[in-house]
Amino acid sequence: MPSVAVEPAAAFTVPVPRGRGRQDWRSALFVAPYLLVFVAMLVVPLAMGMWLSTTKGDLFGTERWVGLANFVRLFGDAIFLKAVANTFYFVLLTVPFLTLAGLGLALVLNRQERWAAVLRTIFFASTVLSVTVVTLVWRLVFLPDGGLLGVTAEALGKTPIAFLNDERLAMPAIAVTTIWWCIGLPMVLFLAALQQVPRDLYEAAALDNASRWTTLTRITLPAIKRTFFLVIIIEVILQFQLFGQPQLMTLGGPNNSTRPIVLFIYEAGWRQWELGYAAAAAQVLFAMILIAAMVQYRLSSGKEAA
Amino acid sequence: MAGVQLAEVGKAYGAVTVIERLSLDIPAGEFMVFLGPSGCGKSTLLRMIAGLETIDGGTIRIGERRVDTLPPGERGVAMVFQHYALYPHLSVRENMAFGLRNLRVPAAEIAARIAAAAASLEIEALLERKPGQLSGGQRQRVAIARAIVKQPELFLLDEPLSNLDAALRVRTRLELAQLHRRLGTTMIFVTHDQVEAMTLADRIVVLNAGGIEQVGTPMEIYLRPRTQFVATFVGSPRINLLPVAIEEGPAGSARARLGDGTMLDTAIRFAGLPQGAMTLGLRAETVCVTAGDDAATHGTAEVVERLGERTLVHTLLSDGSRLVAEDAGVSAVRPGDRIGLTIDAAAAHLFDATGLGHHRAETA
Repeated sequence: MPSVAVEPAAAFTVPVPRGRGRQDWRSALFVAPYLLVFVAMLVVPLAMGMWLSTTKGDLFGTERWVGLANFVRLFGDAIFLKAVANTFYFVLLTVPFLTLAGLGLALVLNRQERWAAVLRTIFFASTVLSVTVVTLVWRLVFLPDGGLLGVTAEALGKTPIAFLNDERLAMPAIAVTTIWWCIGLPMVLFLAALQQVPRDLYEAAALDNASRWTTLTRITLPAIKRTFFLVIIIEVILQFQLFGQPQLMTLGGPNNSTRPIVLFIYEAGWRQWELGYAAAAAQVLFAMILIAAMVQYRLSSGKEAA
Repeated sequence: MAGVQLAEVGKAYGAVTVIERLSLDIPAGEFMVFLGPSGCGKSTLLRMIAGLETIDGGTIRIGERRVDTLPPGERGVAMVFQHYALYPHLSVRENMAFGLRNLRVPAAEIAARIAAAAASLEIEALLERKPGQLSGGQRQRVAIARAIVKQPELFLLDEPLSNLDAALRVRTRLELAQLHRRLGTTMIFVTHDQVEAMTLADRIVVLNAGGIEQVGTPMEIYLRPRTQFVATFVGSPRINLLPVAIEEGPAGSARARLGDGTMLDTAIRFAGLPQGAMTLGLRAETVCVTAGDDAATHGTAEVVERLGERTLVHTLLSDGSRLVAEDAGVSAVRPGDRIGLTIDAAAAHLFDATGLGHHRAETA
């Protein structure tokens, strides 16, 4: 039998660099810039906030460790509980509508025509306005004397409603303002997702006799599912942090009906100088957003796997 | 099963004409291939038949029905896309059932059709998988199966083999030919690959710049190319083209004088040829390397390509023109060698200044 020359196996092995430890250390340099900023700007303040939430003191006074006393006080504070309820109510009013309306607009405006491009720009334009401008515009709309809705009501022979002074209507009014302000982002995210759907899928569906409804529910929506959950998570996080609109439109009133958690934190910290108490409220908000985002994430990845 | 008639169909995007008043008749049951280079309009033409592109003029009939005003779903066609276009979130089974459900085909029949198509394409094991879990070749099969279950009057295939590797492409090509024989349905297949066109087609439509260059059987296209474009586009290696002067030869045939002075007596009638300079077309297999004294001309071998069963010798003639000649697979020719060439002048083609081809009189 002829003998076969075999190449030494060592010739094919990849040389292992000596001094692995040093290699790892050098790799770490690449992530260091981001890591440093992340730690300095996010982790450290978060830890400091957590520490602060267990102390009692003000900007000038000395800090005193009080354990969980701030939290116990929070959950007995009717105004705080009302603020939590208000925040949830606001998120419920805005997020589903922002998501569905953003999707609807994107579906309608996902075309090549000129009018679609113009409307896309118009709907996105509100997003770039500052909260001061937005609230000013909408206060002029809601103003009972000479405001847009007031004038319209009078023209129709009805009594103008003071939306921002009505306990039941003030929060929905703020929600409408917010939706008008924020609709651009979900729309743009959905548009980006829709444009990623391969065109030949729609062509295959057209050849497969799919109705518009079937195409929407069986082709389009499954294709943009990830973006759908992304928009919900982003909007939940954003809208939980409601602050500027009630601060500028209602100052949390009437009768605390529009006071959200961030406004509560602001007032506790910077009006009443109770930094520890404000920090504790901030921790509660942080936990709420974290839980909401986690639930969303779990739901979406669960559906993804199914 | 139905034929297709295109009458004067045209398509333009703004000022750019993509298809120019094109008429074509495809009999029922034919395997028709649209062949042409990128941008010649072949895919656009297919998509016009499918209804995915509107037409600017003319009519399209499938069988007895005029379809150019109907939406794609009502034309009775099924299409296999270049990138398969499988619905990514639906299983293979659901992909195949999708079109049938939309047509409200009874569930039992859907199941039966899927089972039959899956068996014939050997994808039964893949039915519950999603397209993302399949290889390129498997996706291709699923795309074909999805077209088959619809039992269409007409199959449209848009470069369906271009995303497969070489070995799989050859196999799938064979299977498509068998599928066509088994189903007997009219098929229109778009490709830029002349080998696919030659091996699959009953007839080929060669398209160039939005118009038809030639319609014919693969051998008609190869042996009697209507234009110089067809002659160069079909055939590998590319046909040799040499500028020649023409004079009358023996028995009324055309005699061509090559740049190096070689005289070739073609079998083309001199009488019908236009005056002026012409281009001689010689397929590589009609130019052979010879060691004997029967050489029509001589040249220097520049590049020798060994393909195994034959050898291609790129030869430089004395006047500086180049010819690709064929030699046996075990050819001893090396680059730089001086070689003699025999030329089968009877198989030569002549192309006039407008690119129109002239061939020897047809022998029955």
